[in-house]
Amino acid sequence: MTPLSQLLPGQFGKLASLNPERGVDQRLMALGLLPGMVLKLVRKAPLGDPLAIEFGGQVVSLRLAEADNLIVDVSADCPIPRPRQP
Amino acid sequence: MSTPDAGLLVALVGNPNTGKSTLFNALTGLRQRVGNYPGVTVARKSGTCDLGDGQKVELVDLPGLYSLAAASPDEQVVIDVLSGHIAGDRRPDAVLIVADATNLIRNLFLASQVAELGLPVVLVLNQADVAQEQGLRIDTELLSRRLGGVPVILTSAWKGEGILEVRRGLAAALTRRAPLRRVVWPAEIVAALADVAQAASADTGKAIPSADAQRLLFDTNVSTAERLGWTPERREKPLRAARERVRNCGYNPMAAEPLVHYAWLRTALEGVVTEGLGKAGRTSAVDRLLLHRVLGPVFFLGIMLGFFASVFWLAKFPMDWIQLGVDWTKGVVAPSLDPYPMLQSLVADGIIGGVGAFLVFLPQILILFLFIGILEDSGYMARAAFIMDRLFSWCGLNGKSFVPMLSGFACAIPSLLSTRTIEDPKARLATAFVVPFMSCSARFPVYALMCAAFIGPLYGPGWESLVMVGMHCVGLVFAVPTAFVLTRLVLKVKPQPFVLELPRYQLPKPRDVVWRMWQNAAEFVSKAGTVIFAITIVVWALSYFPRDAAVAERIRAAHPTESAELVRARVQAAHVEQSYMGRFGKAVQPVFDPCGFDWKITVGVLASFPAREVIVSTLGVTYSVGEGAEADSQDLRKAMQDAKWPEGPRAGTPIFSLAAVLALMVFFALCSQCGPTVATLAQETGGWKWAAASFVTMTVLAWMVSMVVYQVIIRLT
Repeated sequence: MTPLSQLLPGQFGKLASLNPERGVDQRLMALGLLPGMVLKLVRKAPLGDPLAIEFGGQVVSLRLAEADNLIVDVSADCPIPRPRQP
Repeated sequence: MSTPDAGLLVALVGNPNTGKSTLFNALTGLRQRVGNYPGVTVARKSGTCDLGDGQKVELVDLPGLYSLAAASPDEQVVIDVLSGHIAGDRRPDAVLIVADATNLIRNLFLASQVAELGLPVVLVLNQADVAQEQGLRIDTELLSRRLGGVPVILTSAWKGEGILEVRRGLAAALTRRAPLRRVVWPAEIVAALADVAQAASADTGKAIPSADAQRLLFDTNVSTAERLGWTPERREKPLRAARERVRNCGYNPMAAEPLVHYAWLRTALEGVVTEGLGKAGRTSAVDRLLLHRVLGPVFFLGIMLGFFASVFWLAKFPMDWIQLGVDWTKGVVAPSLDPYPMLQSLVADGIIGGVGAFLVFLPQILILFLFIGILEDSGYMARAAFIMDRLFSWCGLNGKSFVPMLSGFACAIPSLLSTRTIEDPKARLATAFVVPFMSCSARFPVYALMCAAFIGPLYGPGWESLVMVGMHCVGLVFAVPTAFVLTRLVLKVKPQPFVLELPRYQLPKPRDVVWRMWQNAAEFVSKAGTVIFAITIVVWALSYFPRDAAVAERIRAAHPTESAELVRARVQAAHVEQSYMGRFGKAVQPVFDPCGFDWKITVGVLASFPAREVIVSTLGVTYSVGEGAEADSQDLRKAMQDAKWPEGPRAGTPIFSLAAVLALMVFFALCSQCGPTVATLAQETGGWKWAAASFVTMTVLAWMVSMVVYQVIIRLT
């Protein structure tokens, strides 16, 4: 179990839990980011914050501080990160 | 075929980036009206849509949103319109829902919330061409059956495909009136919703529809409760009990709505979309380049530099033509009014000058909106916000503040209108508050005059350009801490969430971009135009009256040998000196004395409170070189270079010392000298409170910084 903010660019994870009381998480849930959803950290902004994550065929930006409370499971049943193309 | 009554209203709703506006333009064919919803700063865009059989309905384009759990004023308007609770609009007769065919489930989340309102629905799956390219096949008939028999239509609004079918579908929906099938809630949640409806109904005496009950139960946002008049004391207990009930059946009450909806939608969409072979879009490849750690910011700076340079330099030519046109009109009209000097002055300086004063900004505003439109429609705007967010988040702004602030360097008024794209109301307010600090193009003539007359000749062209650049930065340097003070110390807000979709890149459709540019420009002319015009007339009157004919006689007698032109300029200067404006300037001069301003500069400063670009022509008049003076006038430069303090401790020393020149420029960089900006700020922030706060903050700051600059530099030189 890892906070989403700790993922490396290109790494996948399965959303384990979020905090529905928070406004950010409510927005993300409306976009379909619900527990059990597989997501990928696509990249970080050039200044390291915010992050771009991909889930359900869409790319969404959220801030590092906001990604701290999203807990993801990076273990077995997630797709294997594709090797980075040269 | 039965024809529904005339005057039917259809609402167009959908997620952002679904091509909703393109569809709207295709359906209404630019027969559109833009207005405002009363009391909110959300534009109401509507048009007439032909249903294909001669029957016409009014189509209203609502702001794009992802969910009915309202967070921004734009989103609140959608809920209010759909539920028929907005002033000036009736409840729509049907809803046209636009969904992105490439991401059905997320788009249908909003649709399934709209279903709760029970209105007849047409579901449009737009961007069908992109879905096809990606290899997605959508069974619209199956989807229609699953959703209760509403018309489901595939379109590619960009290419104009499927528009006729939408018209027909709308006609069918208005006849058959089939609503979208509702989500099936677990029994405990149904009971909790009933509890809420009952308690709210008992307390407010109103019938509570199920859609309202859901907003009350599921949202942290209290706008629905406030609209119903359900007070916090009365609602607190029943809501807590109902939420407890939801929790008991295994759902977090704040997560229940998306969980139930998405589960329901997954079943409803089973077998509807089949994935075949297709090409992945180019978006992620483009992003690898445009959002690259090193190349990303380089592209960003390049694009913004191009944007900024065009606003400045492309607009220069039409601005010059407009200026020529205004001067030409003055030249033609004024002589015919020679027998009536007051009327002549009113028409030439007041009316024609007033119209010219705002027409001259129109080219910049058009180009600004053209670029904003291209950036938005292409999908780059969201990337710009993504790149810039880190620089703005610490002071309570966000990445979306960047474009209004950059646009502020051209003109604050369209920039204030463009803050509407910021969802977070506090960040929006803070952005609107600091936009007027940006060094707009109306400040440019002041810097140009001062630099060309004093900095250039004394210190060389290198320092001249450096001071020009520096002056453009002064506003920015003060704006960011101001935003920090405002958000963290005055409003005391915690950092707000910033969730932003990075949409697929798309080629902007020229018609949409040009059309929006035109609508925004029209809004500018109708709003700012009238204010600028009115203010120009007032300033004209203050510097014209009272006018004593004896003054002219005295000057002529005192300078019998001078040319007629020179005498005319002297007479004009004398008239201004004893006008209300001149008298007021002399009375107020002591306030500006610590900044090194004499009474003539003070009159210029006061006269330019409504519109700062007036300073150059006012200085032209008070320094007796005539009112036509422009920033590059040699006579005005010479007159200012020769000006000396007539009396007091500084008698005999030049008025425009380095200290005074810099102090004056800094004053203009920071001061709130633009009536239309203050008026627009009041309109955009929903009252005069913030407009007044902005005016006082900027003006006091300008005075203090200008004084410090003068006092420090005068001691060093």
